Formats: sequence, structure tokens, C-alpha cells
Amino acid sequence: MGLFKKRINDFPTPYTVSAAATKGGPETKLSMLVLGAGNIVHKQVIKGLLYLAAEVAYIVFMITNGFHCLAMLPSLGWVEQEEVWNEALQIYEYTKGDNSILILLYGVATILLTLFMVWFWRECVKSAYAAECLDKEGRHVNTFKEDLHTLLHENIQRLLMTPSLIFIFGFTVLPLIFMICMAFTNYSKIDNHLLLFEWVGLENFRTLFDSSSILGSTFWSVLGWTLIWAFFATFTNYIFGMILAIVINREGTRFKGFWRFCFVLSCAVPSFVSLLIMRTMLQPNGAVNVLLRSLGLIASDASLPFFTDPLWARVTVIVINIWVGVPYTLLQLTGVLQNIPGELYEAARVDGANPVQIFMKITLPYMLFITTPYLISTFTGNVNNFNIIYLLSGGDPVTDLASTAGKTDLLVTWLYKLTIDKQYYNIGAVIGILTFIILAIGALLTYRNSKSYKDEEAF
Amino acid sequence: MKETRVASAKRKRFINNTIVHIVLAILAVVWVFPILWVVLTSFRAEKGSYVSTFFPKSYTLANYARLFTDTTILNFPKMFGNTLFIAICSCILSTFYVLSVSYCLSRIKFKMRKPYMNMAMVLGLFPGFMSMVAVYFILKALGLSEGGLIRLALILCYSGGAGLGFQIAKGFFDTVPRAIDEAALIDGCTRWQIFYKITLPLSKPVIIYTVLTSFIGPWVDFIFAKVICRANADYYTVAIGLWRMLEKEYIDSWYTCFAAGAVLISIPIAALFMFLQRFYVDGMSGAVKG
Repeated sequence: MGLFKKRINDFPTPYTVSAAATKGGPETKLSMLVLGAGNIVHKQVIKGLLYLAAEVAYIVFMITNGFHCLAMLPSLGWVEQEEVWNEALQIYEYTKGDNSILILLYGVATILLTLFMVWFWRECVKSAYAAECLDKEGRHVNTFKEDLHTLLHENIQRLLMTPSLIFIFGFTVLPLIFMICMAFTNYSKIDNHLLLFEWVGLENFRTLFDSSSILGSTFWSVLGWTLIWAFFATFTNYIFGMILAIVINREGTRFKGFWRFCFVLSCAVPSFVSLLIMRTMLQPNGAVNVLLRSLGLIASDASLPFFTDPLWARVTVIVINIWVGVPYTLLQLTGVLQNIPGELYEAARVDGANPVQIFMKITLPYMLFITTPYLISTFTGNVNNFNIIYLLSGGDPVTDLASTAGKTDLLVTWLYKLTIDKQYYNIGAVIGILTFIILAIGALLTYRNSKSYKDEEAF
Repeated sequence: MKETRVASAKRKRFINNTIVHIVLAILAVVWVFPILWVVLTSFRAEKGSYVSTFFPKSYTLANYARLFTDTTILNFPKMFGNTLFIAICSCILSTFYVLSVSYCLSRIKFKMRKPYMNMAMVLGLFPGFMSMVAVYFILKALGLSEGGLIRLALILCYSGGAGLGFQIAKGFFDTVPRAIDEAALIDGCTRWQIFYKITLPLSKPVIIYTVLTSFIGPWVDFIFAKVICRANADYYTVAIGLWRMLEKEYIDSWYTCFAAGAVLISIPIAALFMFLQRFYVDGMSGAVKG
């Protein structure tokens, strides 16, 4: 959570860009324009040439593609795709229009690449200055081979982190920035802006916050349900899982391994399989209703409205979430429970505390202390819990036909429906951003107020 | 006086224990019931998704046989092959990412360490598939969204963000005593040698944990696979296949096969899970027990 703390530089180095600019020799200053020049002068020919090659590659890319991509970014293209009647072939042909989505993607990628080059440039200047200083002081300047060897020792983090960083940037950061950009455009099926769209500023946010529009009112009700769901899903699982763990762990319980096995069996089945099974079981003619009918608990033609009545549906998904989630909680909490110092319990028993008091005064505070980070991540996970809603109820029942969300839709499933089914990409992106903001604020606040953050050594 | 008190305490404890066991038994039935039901359904001879009895009237193995022989509409063997291939590749890649990233974050103090961890936390707060559509466009721009390259696209998707899930492995590496590293450094080991000759052999539980979790990923995810495969049925993974069996047009004839497929997937995953559970607890508690 060091986001807001003033950053202290733990890694002081004499070789900085400003030092290079003020104290560096002419070859170092030249390497601000021609990357690698300083290295070539100071015995690091291969390294210098590689730097230079990277610079040339970047410049070539920018001239052939990059500048065009950047120039198109503010307008996102304007040439419409048109139908032209081809007399000779007797068919309609389509002229190639601008495709805003590609322009946006390439633009964002170019910006990321440019930022990377800025960082790269700084590294090059620093490296040139370091080579100059070492050479002038008569110290050893690493050859290229020795540089490669440092990758196995001093700089091993570069070797090990780079591949995964490349992928994280390519498949997580770039798409995310790209999606965030979409929130400020009118890229949606509304008014047919699927090929060509433009920047609209905060227009989408305004639509979503305006509770008089359909999207706006849906947003508030979905948000409310999401928070209710996340709260209940997290705490029912937590409490129930903890009670179960305690009951299985207590002295008098026999066959501990067997009970644990029964519960853990259900999390060995992939969750999407068990959720699909649950959904079919809870259909009007599914196994549960059949069982209830044959037991005579409900009339032979009646069925319980598991996913057709809003309240029933909401309770059903929370209850099924208990079924899905408790085994995991059980697994995680069992270890923590066994770690509670036994003397605490003994002392409490000697003082005549009853089980409820022991639970409230010892077990619960201890568990809360240890598992606050776990609770926060579960809460976040539940706000973003796509699988359970999408596979179980699919967001149904939809009571208001005009709205795009059903009664059990969470923000994420609504996001999915809006982007994949309805192709309202811009609104979907706005919802994603808002989800993030809510989660970030919630996580920060709870984490900062939790005991495990304030007082790390308490237990 | 005293004896009666002891006796009543004993009786009370007996009653308590009985109640606890009865409650546990009821709960265990609730938890096992759906699993039992799907196993029964997979052996059921009557077709269709809606039945009037809980237990099948007659049992058969035809559902399993059909899964592997009837490949006209839903080619289950092919899906199985696809998923196995994708799972193995992405498992190797993500294990490498996770282990190398967590080792660096745990052992080496470098400038990007804190920023990286903060970035991972912030990225973790975004809805996972918010960027899914964008990922699809990127894959399309790279030319990976058609034909056999879809498999590569899926591998990249599943392993791409693996470097962000370093928490458990890092927590484990933190518990491997630093004194060993220092001793090795004095003996002239490079960091790389320490990593693969000392830390990795000491970390079997967490390696197995990482391998298994990343191997299971492609078997159970169907959202990414669905968005990236779209209509290319040749490259479907098992998860999409099972999902499609429950669609309206297939459910009546394929429902029992769905149950059979679900059982088939669950068996290896359940076996892995049982195996993993031991390491799961170990992985949480550290390399060297104190």
C-alpha cells in the first residue's frame, strides 16, 4: 500500500541522466542523440551497436507506421466504408474505410512503445555515462560477455522478470488501457458506431450516472445488488466455513478425515461443472423439484421458483455460493485454527468462559486478525464473481424488459452482456472502470483500518 | 454428589457429540448429493434432461461410449486433445513465470520490486475479463484469431498474466532460510545457481502447487475460450463443449453425455486435487518446519 507514501530512493547510484548531462564528456552527450555512441567509444562495441540498432528500428517504425498511428489517434478516423456499384462485375464493392478500433489499438500500442523507448533512452544514457566514468578512472569496463554473465548473478531479476513482464504488458496492461480508452468513445451499437467512432469525453459516465435514463437506473440497482451479494457471499462463507472447521476440529468429533473428505470432494469437481449441474437440478422440472414432489412436500404439478422469482433467485445464488465456497474456506481456515495457541483456550476455560464467549473473544478476533487480507481478496473476488452468476442464473429473472440486466446480474455479468451480447463496448468499459474504483476504494479503506495493517506484531 | 455431576457431564458430552455428528452427516449428504447425482446420471439409460425419478431406472455405459464415438456434432475427443495440449503448454509457461517472478520478488532487492508488486495489486482489482474483448482485438491484429493459431492464442491468454499471481509462491520462498543463500554466495555460487540448485529443489510443494493450478486452468475456464474461439468448433476446449451440450438444441439428446463428460473431467482434477491438498497446506506453512 505504498502508493501514497513519498518514495525514498533505496538504490542510489552516481550514474544518473542529469549527471550525464552535466558532467558527461562529449561522447556521453552524443549518445543522448545517437544511442550507444558512448559505449562504442569506451570498449563496449557490441552493447553500443545493439543500442544503436534498437534506436534505428524505433525510428524506422515511427516513420513507416508510428507517426501515422499517432496522427490518427485524436480523430480515430473519418473515412466511411462505402458501397460502390461495380458496373463491370455487376456487384457492390466495399471501399476500405477507416477502422477506428484498429486505429485506437495501434495508437495505444505506439504510445506504450514510445514510453518504453523513453525509459530505454534513459538506460542507454546512464550506461554510456557509467562506461565513461569507469574508463576514465581506469577501472574495468565490462565486456559484452561479462555483461551477459551479470544476468546470471547481479542482474538476475532482468533475466527472470523480463519474459513475464513482456507478456503482462502485452496481454494485461495494453488491453486494459485500450479498454479504458473505449470508455471515452462512442464505440457501440447505438447509432451504429461499430466501425467508425470518436472521442466523446465523459458522455458515457454522464449517461450511466443519470438515474432517469434506463441505463442509469439499471446501473444503480445492479450496483446495489452487487454490493449486497458480495457482502453476503463473503461473510456467509466465512462464518459458515469457520463454524464447520471448528466443529470438525473439536475434540469430541470422530472421523475428522472423513468429514473433511466429504466437503472437499465438492471442490475437487471443477466449479463450472458443479454450477451447471446445480442449474439443471434447480430448473422447474429439475432433480430438486422432482425430489420434493415425490416426497410429497409440494404439489405434484408445482415447482419452487428458484430462478424465476427475483427474491428466490437472489437467495438461491447466495445459498449455492455457500455450497461452492465453504469447502475452500474450510481448507484455508483449518490450518489457521490449528495455529491458535492452546494456552489462550485453557486460560479462558479456567476463568469459566462458555463456548460462545471463547468464540467471540478468542477465536473470532484471532481469525479476523490473521485473515483480513484473505477476506479482502474474497470480497474483491465476489464482486468480480462472474462464473457463479453467469452459469447459475444467467442474471435471470429479467423483470423489466426495457433494461439490459436481470435481477441477479452483477456488474461483471452485466458488463459481459453489454459487451458481448449487446455490443455496447463503451458502456461496458465504463462499468469496468467503476467496478475498479469501487474495489480500489474499498480495499484501501478496509486494509488501512484493519488491525493487521496497523499493528503487525500484535499476535 | 460428585459422581452424579461427572455422569451428567458425560451424558451432556455424549448428547453434544451425537448432535454434532448428526448435523455433520446431514451437511455431508447435502454436499455430496449433487456429485452423486451427476455420477448416477452419467450411467442413466433413459435420455433427456428431465426425469421423474431420482435414481435411474436402468444403467448403461453407452453415454461414455457415445462421447468418444459420436463426433459429428460435438467432437469430444478432439476437444479433449485441444485442451490437453493447451493445458500442458500454458502450464510450462506459467510455472516458469510464476517461479521466476516470485523468486526475484522474494530474494532480490531491486528498484522495480515495490512498483511491480503495487502494479500487480492494482491490476488484480480490475474485472478479469474486462480486457477480454481487447485481448481478442490484439490477437486478431497479430493474426492469431483464425485456424490452428487459436491454440497458440489460448496458450498466450492463459499464461500471459501468470506473472501477476506470485503471492503464494513468493510467500513460500520467503520461508526458505536466507542463511542457505548466504552460505552459497560465500562458496561462490551465482544467483542463478542458487535459484535452480538450492531454492527450487527445496520448493517442491509450491512447484507442484503451481504446476497443478496452471494445468487445471484451461480445463475449467470457458469464458476466454468462448470469446476467442467464437465459431471455430475445431478448436473448442472441453469446457465449451460441455457448455454447448446444455444448450437448448442439444440438451435433450446430450444431457446424459454431459454428465459423463463432467465425470471424466472431474476424475483427473479430483485426483490432482486430493494429491495437491497435502501440498496446499504445506505450501501455506513453509519449507522448513519450526
